[in-house]
Amino acid sequence: MQNTARHPANSIRRLIKRDWREWLVFLAFAGPNVALFAIFTYTPLINNLLLSFSDWNMISADKNFVGLQNYVDIINDSQMGKVLLNTVLFTSSSVLLVLLLGLGGGLLLNQKLRGRNAARSILFTPNILSGAAIAIVWIYIFDPRFGLIYTVLKPLGIDSPKWLTDPNWALPAIVIVYVWKYLGYATVIYIAGLQAIPGDLYEAARVDGASAWMRFRHVTLPGLSPVMFFLILTSILSSFQSFDIINVMTKGGPVNATNTLIYRLYELGFINFAIGRAGVIGMVLFVMMFAVTLLQLRYLDRQVSYA
Amino acid sequence: MRAEETLSKALGYSAIVFTVLIIGIPVFWLITGALKTNREIFSPNPQWLPSQVMFDNFTKAWEGAPFGRYYINSFITTILGAACEITMGITTAYALVFVRFPKRDWVFVLLLVALMVPEEVVIVPNYLTIANWHLVNTYAGIVLPGASIAFGTFLLRQYFRSLPPELIDAARVDGAGHMRTMLSIIVPIAAPAVATAGLLSVVAKWNDYLWPLIVTSTADMRTLPIGISWLLDQEGNTEWGVVMAATLFVVVPVVLVFLYAQRFLVSGIAAGAVKG
Repeated sequence: MQNTARHPANSIRRLIKRDWREWLVFLAFAGPNVALFAIFTYTPLINNLLLSFSDWNMISADKNFVGLQNYVDIINDSQMGKVLLNTVLFTSSSVLLVLLLGLGGGLLLNQKLRGRNAARSILFTPNILSGAAIAIVWIYIFDPRFGLIYTVLKPLGIDSPKWLTDPNWALPAIVIVYVWKYLGYATVIYIAGLQAIPGDLYEAARVDGASAWMRFRHVTLPGLSPVMFFLILTSILSSFQSFDIINVMTKGGPVNATNTLIYRLYELGFINFAIGRAGVIGMVLFVMMFAVTLLQLRYLDRQVSYA
Repeated sequence: MRAEETLSKALGYSAIVFTVLIIGIPVFWLITGALKTNREIFSPNPQWLPSQVMFDNFTKAWEGAPFGRYYINSFITTILGAACEITMGITTAYALVFVRFPKRDWVFVLLLVALMVPEEVVIVPNYLTIANWHLVNTYAGIVLPGASIAFGTFLLRQYFRSLPPELIDAARVDGAGHMRTMLSIIVPIAAPAVATAGLLSVVAKWNDYLWPLIVTSTADMRTLPIGISWLLDQEGNTEWGVVMAATLFVVVPVVLVFLYAQRFLVSGIAAGAVKG
């Protein structure tokens, strides 16, 4: 028995048999996940590209190939400039505010203070709440005749802006809600980043007589840079995808003042049934998010390699 | 040095107060709004506090839309969706780290590609797929496209890779199969990471908006977030009290879960970002 087991051919055969088992286990464990992605991510991405070259209204049996016509239509679409501008304004202002306010909050809440953990959790709470629910509460807060802001401003003799019906105030209103929801996330990440900076660095800087500003400039900021990078990218991604707040609060209005790429995609696809042009917007969004995610993955890889 | 420290402490405490106010006041407005009468809400001189506590708005909201049904739909789709995600997250991450397979890394790259395709980009084709399968307006239709998991798999894989390999070798030498090794050794050790990923799944499914909005077509299949936005469109500016009460229906379960789990959830998320 022992002799045959040691025979090279036999042991190779056993190894192959064991390998086959391992492969089957692998397929059983990872297969369903990958299969679902094949059906609901990879294939639809290609289908979306094909749809963007076709003229279709979702109901008709004809799906005509129209080449780049939808792309030309989107470029010539008078709304498109406004939509892109809104997307850039919304993303840049909300990301900037979340990053700066979050940094301030993170620095201040990172000290040994009573109630610090409670404050951190309170600040984080909006992040886990339904965007639709938050949007509804804020419509009531912004209500120019009965809302919270009206109630605060009234004793001061100031009129409340007509937030959601005024094209000049609607986008700032959406930014406020977005920042309110995501500020706590940034703060929590900043605090974690601050705690990962070795205390010796601060000690050494103190011994060298560095002022508070210099310690911030030369120890804190460089120490936080990877976390900041992570936050910039995740915030950009989540603001691109911010659909629920806009759909509930303004439906892209008034007069397209809050119409962003993600809302325009929904509007073209599921309200106007212009599937081809919705496909074009989908490809634009994909290319933008693909670029941001690639950057993020490079960051994650770097983190892992020296963790 | 002393003065500097006192100053930063003072600023720290004012940041805490500011934080509590900035989050607390809107929440206060939500809760008191749900308790106020219409006369109090639509008064030309709005008051901060309701004159008396009354729960009429909650009964009106509950009767005004099929909230019992919304709850059932939200619970079913959340539990099914999160269970699929977390199961596949664990098994896929385990397979990627511990099970031998030719070109295993290519499978990992496939998952990374999925991470780069946000659901919004593929909603139109996915709607067509679900429609072809006659699953529009069903639980399966709501759950299936979001049942697979890339980011959670990625995080769990990192965690599994950091475990000492001797643990697994010992179990394998003892003759434990992969299933047993995974369930009785890896998952218990990785419990904090698994719990964080699981809770994030639950919260994401509960709050999911765009896909359930598109794939449901009748009131009896709507989930809570879709239900309240429909209620808003119906009642709108006429019934703020009722709408705020309904909003609390959606928010309270998540807040309860968060109150219970916030300690490790918040630190788990932070660890994920800092350690990658």
